[in-house]
Formats: sequence, structure tokens, C-alpha cells
Amino acid sequence: MAEFLQAYLAPWWLAYVVAALVHAVLLINVVAVGALIFIWLERKVSGRIQDRLGPTRVGGKFGWLQTLADGLKLITKEDLMPEGADGMLFRMAPYISFCASFAGYLALPFADNWVGARLNTAVFFILAVLGLEVFGVILAGYASASKWSLFGAMREAAQVVSYEVPLGMCAVVPVLIAGSMDLVTIGQMQHGWFTNWFVFHDPFTFITFWVYFTCATASVNRAPFDLAEAESELVAGFHTEYSGLRWSIFFMAEYGSMFAVSGLAAILFFGGWNGPLPITEWLGLADTTNPVLSYLGNFIGMLNFMFKCVFGVTFMMWVRWTLPRLRIDQVMTTCLKYCTPIAAASFLGATLWTYFLPGGLILPNNAYGLVREGQLIDGPYPPADAEGPSKETANEKTAGTGDLISQVAGEHRGRD
Amino acid sequence: MATQLDDPRIIEFDVRTDEMLVNMGPQHPSTHGVLRLVLRTDGEVVSEVTPHIGYLHRCAEKIGENLTARQWIPYTDRMDYLAGMNMNLGWALAVEKLMNLELPEKARHLRVLIVEMNRIASHLVGMGAYGLDLGTFSPFLYAFREREKILDLFEEVCGARLTYSYITVGGATADLPTGWIETCERFLAQLEPVIEEYHALLTTNAIFVRRTAGIGILSPEKAIDYGCTGPVLRGSGVDHDLRRDGEQRYTEMYDGYAFEVIVEKNGHYPKDHNYPAVPGSAVLGDCWHRFYVRMLEVMQSIDLVRQAIDRYSMATGSWGEPIKLTEKLPKGEAYLETEAPRGQMGFYVVSSGSGAIPWRVRARSSSFCNLSVTHDLCRGCLIADVPAIVGSLDIVMGEIDR
Repeated sequence: MAEFLQAYLAPWWLAYVVAALVHAVLLINVVAVGALIFIWLERKVSGRIQDRLGPTRVGGKFGWLQTLADGLKLITKEDLMPEGADGMLFRMAPYISFCASFAGYLALPFADNWVGARLNTAVFFILAVLGLEVFGVILAGYASASKWSLFGAMREAAQVVSYEVPLGMCAVVPVLIAGSMDLVTIGQMQHGWFTNWFVFHDPFTFITFWVYFTCATASVNRAPFDLAEAESELVAGFHTEYSGLRWSIFFMAEYGSMFAVSGLAAILFFGGWNGPLPITEWLGLADTTNPVLSYLGNFIGMLNFMFKCVFGVTFMMWVRWTLPRLRIDQVMTTCLKYCTPIAAASFLGATLWTYFLPGGLILPNNAYGLVREGQLIDGPYPPADAEGPSKETANEKTAGTGDLISQVAGEHRGRD
Repeated sequence: MATQLDDPRIIEFDVRTDEMLVNMGPQHPSTHGVLRLVLRTDGEVVSEVTPHIGYLHRCAEKIGENLTARQWIPYTDRMDYLAGMNMNLGWALAVEKLMNLELPEKARHLRVLIVEMNRIASHLVGMGAYGLDLGTFSPFLYAFREREKILDLFEEVCGARLTYSYITVGGATADLPTGWIETCERFLAQLEPVIEEYHALLTTNAIFVRRTAGIGILSPEKAIDYGCTGPVLRGSGVDHDLRRDGEQRYTEMYDGYAFEVIVEKNGHYPKDHNYPAVPGSAVLGDCWHRFYVRMLEVMQSIDLVRQAIDRYSMATGSWGEPIKLTEKLPKGEAYLETEAPRGQMGFYVVSSGSGAIPWRVRARSSSFCNLSVTHDLCRGCLIADVPAIVGSLDIVMGEIDR
């Protein structure tokens, strides 16, 4: 986009600024509207789970504008700050939290190459910036000059930092299979039928997904791991002293990171924008030479991706409204005694599986084997002539697709 | 000279952090009203819990010394406001004992029916609020959904949903309306399977068990020493229930009713329903057992209500006309304890014989004694355990502060 704009804008650097702004505005809309919808959804889901209706009036039907009405109310509220609070840190904390959760979206592809910035270390980047959210929480707890807030902040620090370990280990497993940290590449590799999704690659990835989801729930502070804001214990934890807009920014950050970790799960394990069936191909929408068709295909892909994310978030809500909260020592036990060893074991298992059965369970004509051949030159695979005849014929059969995909990938790289 | 490595106490002293005094309440989401707990903590570990009470004191007993016996009934409603009927009953029985008043059979069955219904409602709230203390919101609303139906039934009976003033000296203010019995039976039939769901949601939930089993263990000796009563006492394995062991004036209400006191005897609870099994990690007297006793008492009360319905329908005679508002009290004193949902609720009344207004009125509340064990139970626990332990005692501040 920046290159495109350079042709029209006078100082060459302005193009980059404008391109960055456009991306940022688009993504901030995703986060803000996402939070709007998710808060409404949470109320509806919790309402239904609890045999209630949830919001019904605001906005005509289903109370779909309830969050907006609440947001307006929060904006009009008095800006309160406790007397002993550290003013600057107190004001800064929600924005740090929000920025951290928002920055994760920069590298999150919504469809094939529909991404703010295509990074070749996207997985690493997202995990790193999402981990920064804890910084805002700790600052909030520390700056509030309230003991309950401090408890919340300390819990958050202990919890999130320890859950980063198994979370990272789980995220590494798909990276290992794909041989790339680029989320777009990882998504492209799972192209085709749902059997190509990494979650069905081998039993270890299946286990890894569940560990990932548990750790993701913990690292975004959702029940049953919501210790930092444990209502019945710490009043409201780190945001006890927050009210009005600042509080709502914390809220937005929470929903933002929920969406981000669900999105990461969707791409790493559930094929990202690829639907369960290769419908876009059947409809001829995977044709990248035609901009309109490929746009349509990508749009459907984005809907796929969104659906997976919303499903992940809804799953987290479902868990939240069903389970009691764990105690801090139990949370740490879950992490250190269960999640970390399981993640490490399945990492090892997935490594061995990838070494000995590189194509995954559903052999042999899956797309990512072919993409891998095009991209990984010296991967740990047996040389081509050592392969059996069946694999070769399969390669020949789908060679066209493979060429197409590597061609597409090359094209996208060029465009960026 | 001893180095740090030689003497572990030196290291301990070195890394010792300052203790922190934290106020939990009176405005705290999980202190059940206006209880204030002062916690002395070292990080997450609580070394001391001091309950401060009195935020809901309304001089109920003093007011009772200025009103006639029947006029004071509404004030008893506001003691344990989750079990107003049981409070009414306690006071009514104490005054009846003073007046040596005998009730017709039908009135007694009516009272059992109403009181046990209220016990169900009260335990449902106890269950839901306990879930809330442990961080799960849904059981609370499920409990309230069922409780609403009981409140609807009570509304039909006496017009009020919380402060009933229904059971009164001499009987009750009115008979049950027509068709009420059938509605009540339908409700019970619908409640029973729902209770099983609650067991799945809380009692046997792995996280719930991990949060409650082995936490806040109250030994039977300590329970007796502190004067704990009700499910707290029975949760510690002490076989004591005033409905069976109480004063004759009270137990005769339950004459002929088949019920077994819910208490663990010889390693198991009375087995007349499909109760979930006791988890291996649960220790007698811990939070899980207190909760479990309450859940089983709901089933027991369902049974009792069914029996009371049968007996009430068969009984002849009056439903118990209340005494006159200004009926003169004989000279003397009377004290009577009843088994309210939270434990033994005692009322003491002294009359000088000069009129309808008692000379002295006192109440003994179960929650007050039950609360007094928090200090003992919470020593050395984590902050998250404090709501778990206080919640398992199921206190109502209105009853403590009166």
C-alpha cells in the first residue's frame, strides 16, 4: 500500500505514514467494534446460560446497542482517582494495557494476506506484545494505592508470567510443523480440507491445542483463571479504583486480547481463514489472477476466520459462566505441574511425528506438504528420491496446486 | 558466628516481609451483607481474621420490650431475612410456651409445611451465594430462579415475599388458599431433578471440590466449644438436630414424620436419595461437608414438605387462630430454641404479668456463634479461602446484629 501511495504523495515518507494510519484505523475499528459486540455477546450468552434474557431493549431488538449505551454512560461518569494514587501511572496503565492488546492485531492475518503488517516472526511478535498487557495491569494495581489492587496486580504478574511458558511452547508446535513463524504462511499451509488443519495433523497437536487454549484463557485473565480481578476475593482486583472511561479501556483490552488469542488459535490450529471444505476453490474464488474473485474468496475467508475467533471467545464465555474460580496456588499448579510438562511432551511428540511422518495423518495429497517443499530448502525431510512411488504420483497429481500456492505466496511477498 | 546457611532462622528473618492489614468489608462483594473482616496478611497468606459486627444493629430486642408479643413478629422477620418463617415460628413458640398454649393438629402441620419450604428457600440462597463466593455466578441465579417460585407461593399465602409475619402466636394469620397445595406439589416435583443439576454444577465439580475439600476444617469438639449449630455443627459430624432432639413443644410438631438427621455416621450420610459420593479429598468438618449437608437438607425438606402436605390435608380442625393483639401475657419466663436453617434460633421472653407487653425479650442467633469460628478456621489460609470459609458458614448479618 505504501508503495502504491508513493506515486501520489509528495514526500516519500508520507506514504508510509498514511499507509500505517489506514491500517491502524482499520484495526482499531476491529478491536473497538469487536469489544462492543463481544460485551453484548457475553451478556447474551451469560443470560442464556443463566436462564435469563440478557439485554433486550436498547437498539430495538436483542439489546444489540446495550454496550454502546453503557459506553456513553461510562464516558459521562466522573473521572475519579484515589487520593494516594500515583497520577501519571494511574492514567497511563489502561492505555498500556490497551496498546498491548491492540498491537497484537498488527500481525494477525484476517484472510490470505489481509494483514496489517506481514511479519516473518508474527507468532513471536503477537505473543510478545500480548504479554506486555500484564505491564499495564501491574501498573494499575501499583498506582491505585489500594491493597486490593496490589493483590490483583501481584497475582496477575505471577500468573501471566508463568503461563507465558506453556503458551509459547504450544505456539511453537504449529510453527515447527509449518517451518515458519509467518502467520500468513502457516495459514496458507492449512489450505484445503479441514483435515489439513494443524489440530488434526497428529495427536500431539490435538493435545497441544487444548493446552494452548487453557493457557490462553489464563493469560488473558478469564475465568476460571480470573484471579487478578477475582470479584469475590479482591473486590475487583487491579481495577478496583478505576471507573468510567479508564475502566472501559481495561475492559476493551480484555476483550481485545481474548479475540487475539482466539485468532492466534484459529490460525495456528484451525486453518485460519480456510473453511472446513475447500469451497472457495470449488467456486473458483481461489483464482488470484482475477482481483474481484480473489477479493471475494478472501472475504469469505475473513468470515471463516471471524467465525472461528467468535467461537473461541464464546467458548471462553461458556467456561467463565460455568466454572468456579481456582485458587492462586492451584492456578500455579495447573501451569507448572500440568500445562508445562504436557506442552513440552507434546512438543517433543510433534517433533518426532513431523520428522518421521512429515505429511501428517491424512496422507498424501495435502497442500502444505507441497508448500513446504517450495519454501523449506533444507528441512529435515528425506531426499526426494528416497520417497516411495505413491508419494511421487501424489505430488504429480497436485503439482498444479502446489505451484499455484508458491506462486501466490511469492506474489504477495512482492506486493508487500 | 553462625552464617545464614547454617541457621535457617536467619534466612527466614531476612526474607520476612511486612504484614499487611486489609479490610474486607463492610462493603465487599463476598461478605454477605455488612460483615467487616480485618485480615492480617503476609502476602496471600492470612494469619489472622477478626470479624467486626454491628453494622446492621437495629435494637430489635429493645423494640420487643415495647411491643406486644404479636406486634413484635415483623421484627423477627428481619432477623434472618432469608428464613422469615422460621424466625416467626421461633418467637411464636416461645410465647406460646410462656402462655402454655396448645395448638390444633392442623396448625402444627401447616407450620411444618411452611417452615420447611422456607428452609429450602434459605438453603438455595446459601448454595447460590456460596457459588458466588467461589467465583461462579450461574448457580446463584439458578438458585434464585427456584427460590422465586417459593416466594411466589409464600406471596399467595400471606401477601409478602420476604418479611412474611405469617406464623404468629396461636397459629398463623390465615389458612392456605385453595389450590395452593397442588401448586406446591408441582413445584416440589420440579425442584427435585433440578437439585441433581446443582450437584453436577457445584457439589461434584472438580474445581469446586478442590476449592472446598479439606479447607476450613472444624473439628466436632471445636464446633461444640464454639456453640456452632445447624449445618455447621452437622457438617462436623455431630449428630444433633433440634427437630429430633429439641424441646417437646417443638419436636411434637414433627411427631410421626419420617426423617433422618443429615449427618455423617459411620463414614456415610443417610442414603435415601441419589446423593453424589463424598470425594476422597473431603475431610469431615471442611467447607465441602458443610455445603453438602445443606444440599442434603434441601432434599430432606422436600420430603418433609410432602409428608406435611399429606398430614395437613388429612387433619381436621382449625388452622390456628392467632391470639388477640393485646392478649395479656402471664407472669413468668420462657426460652425455646428451634432448628432454623442456619442453626438453633432461641427466643427468650420474660413477662411481669402486668400486660401484653413483655418485660424482657432476647434472641440467641445461630449465625453469631457460627461466625465466631472464622478466626480459628481462617488462620494460615489463603485470601481466596476466606470467602470460601465464611461462605460455608452461611451467615446472615441481620440475625447476628439484630
